[in-house]
Amino acid sequence: MLKFIAKRIAQAILVIFFITCITFLLMNLVPGGPFLSEKSPSPEVLAAMETKYGLDKPLPVQLKNYIVNFIKGDLGVSYKMQKNRPVMTIIKDMFPVSAKIGSIALLLAVLFGVPMGCIAAYNRGKFIDSFLRVVMTLGVSIPGFVVATSLLILFGSVLKLLPTIGLTSWKNYIMPCFTLAFNPMCYIGRLARSSMLDVINQDYIRTARAKGVKTTSIIFKHALRNAFIPVLTYLGPLTAGILTGGFVVESVFNIPGLGRYFVQSILNRDYPLIMGTTIFLATFIVVMTLIVDILYKAVDPRIDLTKGGSN
Amino acid sequence: MRIQKAFGTIPIVSGQVDIDDVLSGGEMQKDDFEPASTSEKENFLEERPSLSYWQDAWRRLKRNRVAMVSLFIIIIICLFAFVGPFFREADYTTQMRGKENLPPSWEYPFGTDNIGRDLLVRTMFGTRVSLIVGISASLIVLVIGSLYGAISGYLGGRVDMVMMRIVDLIYAIPDVLVVLLLTTVLKAPLQDWFNNSSSGLVKSLAVLGPSLISIFIAFGLLYWVSMARIIRGQVLMLKQQEYITASKALGASGARIIRRHLLPNCIGQIIVTTCLQIPSAIFLESFLSFLGVGVSAPLTSLGSMASDALGGMYTYTYRLLIPATILSVMILSLNLFGDGLRDALDPRLKK
Repeated sequence: MLKFIAKRIAQAILVIFFITCITFLLMNLVPGGPFLSEKSPSPEVLAAMETKYGLDKPLPVQLKNYIVNFIKGDLGVSYKMQKNRPVMTIIKDMFPVSAKIGSIALLLAVLFGVPMGCIAAYNRGKFIDSFLRVVMTLGVSIPGFVVATSLLILFGSVLKLLPTIGLTSWKNYIMPCFTLAFNPMCYIGRLARSSMLDVINQDYIRTARAKGVKTTSIIFKHALRNAFIPVLTYLGPLTAGILTGGFVVESVFNIPGLGRYFVQSILNRDYPLIMGTTIFLATFIVVMTLIVDILYKAVDPRIDLTKGGSN
Repeated sequence: MRIQKAFGTIPIVSGQVDIDDVLSGGEMQKDDFEPASTSEKENFLEERPSLSYWQDAWRRLKRNRVAMVSLFIIIIICLFAFVGPFFREADYTTQMRGKENLPPSWEYPFGTDNIGRDLLVRTMFGTRVSLIVGISASLIVLVIGSLYGAISGYLGGRVDMVMMRIVDLIYAIPDVLVVLLLTTVLKAPLQDWFNNSSSGLVKSLAVLGPSLISIFIAFGLLYWVSMARIIRGQVLMLKQQEYITASKALGASGARIIRRHLLPNCIGQIIVTTCLQIPSAIFLESFLSFLGVGVSAPLTSLGSMASDALGGMYTYTYRLLIPATILSVMILSLNLFGDGLRDALDPRLKK
């Protein structure tokens, strides 16, 4: 177990390092550097600014400095969106909003997705199964912005039931959270359905039924535990999906979270902010995946712990 | 041969021979052990012409009603995107003065936008762009993923381990972030390259625009890993088969074995994975275009049309709903067709 955890942590660090390098190198591909897009400053000012931000040093040194600063929690300062404000402070301001909506959506996705899959599996071949399968396939096929805008038009404009902008009351959370949760909910439903189908044909379920255990007890005590494992593995990618889905949802619903801000910084070409946010989000996703992976192996003793990674 | 003859006296129900009948059916005649005549052999062997793998798959696919309806919708959407524009006078860039912001009418079924462009033609071109992105991105994934997976699986051992660790590494990278980063950052250098280079290939790439190229690069870098894993798993299984050993014994090189024996035997998996990659590529492209980093104007895609319509979504709701609906229906039918194809090509996986 320890060996596995060490291996996984090493891999995660490698991935974060890799992403930092890619991001850094890509940002250096931008012709003219980050200052050129403004009203072209005089060469002296340019040189002074480059010295200030350490851009006059050779590339490997810059990369090393960036990584050292990153470890210290310093991701540089914003050049444009909020001039000279540290990226880390901006992230600290914005991320809690995204995290709140994201975690509600995550809970929704699991709490509704798993039962949906189980109900479908348990009624296999019946009407309710076909119905849920259609819903779930629809759910994984419809892009988030389509769901978001349809909800806005329907509930915000036509029925006038829910507020469309801002985050003042609990009602404001309904549409964004549902939009974010819908796609992963359906994906989880599909996963849960197929793993539940595998499980309910196993011998131990038949044994339980032969013993006279009640159906609800079979589902909740015997089947669900094992059917839940594939869902657990999906929680890592799910975090990534909800965070990136936040880009669209926050933009459409005008939520002042990190996602919307990230998109704006991309459109405004605020490179340090893009770089910092990318690395922050990537690190967050990688760490979440790492935790889920370790949990997953801890929960399911059948998995060979000596073999990390694939399969 | 003799055994066949021996079975001749026993009633064969549904082509299967019951072993009990053979053992207990007792009385053997002397001529049971005579060689079978030609007519008897023909009678025994074949009642229907055997079906090839493809015929068999097609038969199974035809029986799947959902998949056939999806196929029909996909064909209609392709016709709409590739043939449709020939029936319209306006191009997707043509601006018609005095015809701005028209509501849907007989002449302009989808209306016109704020600078007087026919939205029907723009929708057709948008659909075309989305389809082309989906298909080309999947082809990139197909080539890189299947070759990588086949080589890794065939060579095995330490090489396999290293190659698969690389796959694990790439798998852990949050893809959407990297794609966003690539499209943002590569835009300017690619544009420079397009403007300065004069070769024909570059010119044809320039038509696509830097964002689409960045999407393809991202697919080439990141999205082939699941294909590689699937093919590797399949190759690991296949390379234990006797015909591979035979081929090796005859002196075939590794490249030849992969090309002639291993990849053709994975063809079902390859097709299904490629097919299911198309909707996910379209999904990603629309996501990027919606955020404003996708295809660059005047070219359009369904995602960027929806994004353009966002400003007036309450007054011109149809402008948002039309591309959104086409996009969703397209992704849905591609997904359903892909599922059907998987059931048809690889019935063992059916759930």
